[in-house]
Amino acid sequence: MKYAYYPGCSLESSAKEYDLSIRACCQYTGVELIEVPDWICCGASSAHATSHLLSIALPAKTLVQTEKMGLHQIIAPCIACLTRLKVADMEMEEKEDLKKDVETVLESPYKGSVRVRNVLDVFLNDVGLEKIRKTVTTPLTGLKVACYYGCLLTRPPHIAQFDDVENPHSMDDLMRAIGAETVDWSFKTDCCGVSMSLAETDTALVLTNKILEGAKDAGADCVAVACPLCQSNLDLRQKAIGNKFGVFYDMPILYFSQLMGLAFGATTMDVGLEKVIVDPFPVLGAI
Amino acid sequence: MKVAVKEDTTAFAKEIQQKCGQDVLTCYQCRKCTMGCPMAFKMKMKVNELMRAIQLGLREEVLSSDTMWWCVSCETCATRCPQDIEIVEVMDVLREMAFKEGYYIPVESIEAFHKVFLRSVEAYGRLYEMGFAMDLNLQLKDPLKDADLGPVMFAKGKLKLLPHKVKDLKSVKKLFENVRKLEESRV
Ligand code: SF4
Ligand code: SF4
Repeated sequence: MKYAYYPGCSLESSAKEYDLSIRACCQYTGVELIEVPDWICCGASSAHATSHLLSIALPAKTLVQTEKMGLHQIIAPCIACLTRLKVADMEMEEKEDLKKDVETVLESPYKGSVRVRNVLDVFLNDVGLEKIRKTVTTPLTGLKVACYYGCLLTRPPHIAQFDDVENPHSMDDLMRAIGAETVDWSFKTDCCGVSMSLAETDTALVLTNKILEGAKDAGADCVAVACPLCQSNLDLRQKAIGNKFGVFYDMPILYFSQLMGLAFGATTMDVGLEKVIVDPFPVLGAI
Repeated sequence: MKVAVKEDTTAFAKEIQQKCGQDVLTCYQCRKCTMGCPMAFKMKMKVNELMRAIQLGLREEVLSSDTMWWCVSCETCATRCPQDIEIVEVMDVLREMAFKEGYYIPVESIEAFHKVFLRSVEAYGRLYEMGFAMDLNLQLKDPLKDADLGPVMFAKGKLKLLPHKVKDLKSVKKLFENVRKLEESRV
């Protein structure tokens, strides 16, 4: 199983542990990742707000590069990148004029042969739960995980084409396959405020506070996420949330791939566990 | 109440449809979009009201509203709309029009965010997160914002002190230039 790999800007710095743990999980499960050489930013958050053409051209460059690598599937772990790549591919397929404009901008043709894959989907459907169960050496028995999907993993359905849009369960399935318990809660697909946390921090705290409260009320030991923006919004500002709302959650926010990696026998360093802000070692201590 | 609708009030909705393919005229005000919107509490004009304003051809009011600037593109509204209006595509078009037509953007911090973000991408080919955050805080005239988080993130190896420049920066510059050229040729 060979895929082009597009880490994206966050996985290079603030979400380094997502990159590390995805690579580790892929190694354990026989998924070969080949990084797109000299990839550029997908423009997420901002290009689509200022120029539609730019918002398609930036990710399209990566799709063109993937074709040049001779690969037909690309994995982008960051859900924002994933969505931008998918939108670019789909819109170029639907709109001939737009495709021509993009090719003019990139000075390169695009055949349209690339399938953009969500990393959860690859683990669930290409690797399969069976193989994942067999790869586990350290089951996370007793750990209660609240799986948080956020916005774009399932929305909008015609682009995401993944899981149940109001009550997704793919991450829950993966977490149970590695021995963890998952909690039922109502905030799986609520919005974390995305990039609002940088520009309008106070507004974003209102949203993240509700999500953390939901996870705590459901009795979760930690929250599992699949997106760098979800992770940093929920993890980074728990102190500020405490100061604003008077509740200090101390809730570890981990990438699902960090938990998977640990269950497969990776070391805490391999999955960058020390990089998350709220200390996860106390709840993982027993494992 | 009787409202006399002049024929040309739909021109604005048609302009939007021509730009993104979304037919706002089909909105029948069920308000599902607003009910599920996580940012509705910040918006002066709620999502369904924005749709109605577009239908009534209130171009000025719509393009100077704060609605699309609070929208975080979470896609909840678009997913639930019974008329299948891809509302986020409408928001994107409105943002793009307001930007390009020089409208005052009522949420200044968000405008700064987009400008600083794209400046970083054009300069380095990738988003240089730390430079971006510092640049944004300067724009927000709050240089010490999140100053407590910087050292924590740095200690955790989550911040790079120097930007990673892509090797082929020329082609990135070219991409941005070509977009501008093509768009200017169409105005
Ligand atoms: S959900 Fe759709 S039809 Fe209902 S008010 Fe919103 S835009 Fe109109
Ligand atoms: S996409 Fe924007 S308008 Fe729609 S629900 Fe989300 S924040 Fe509200």
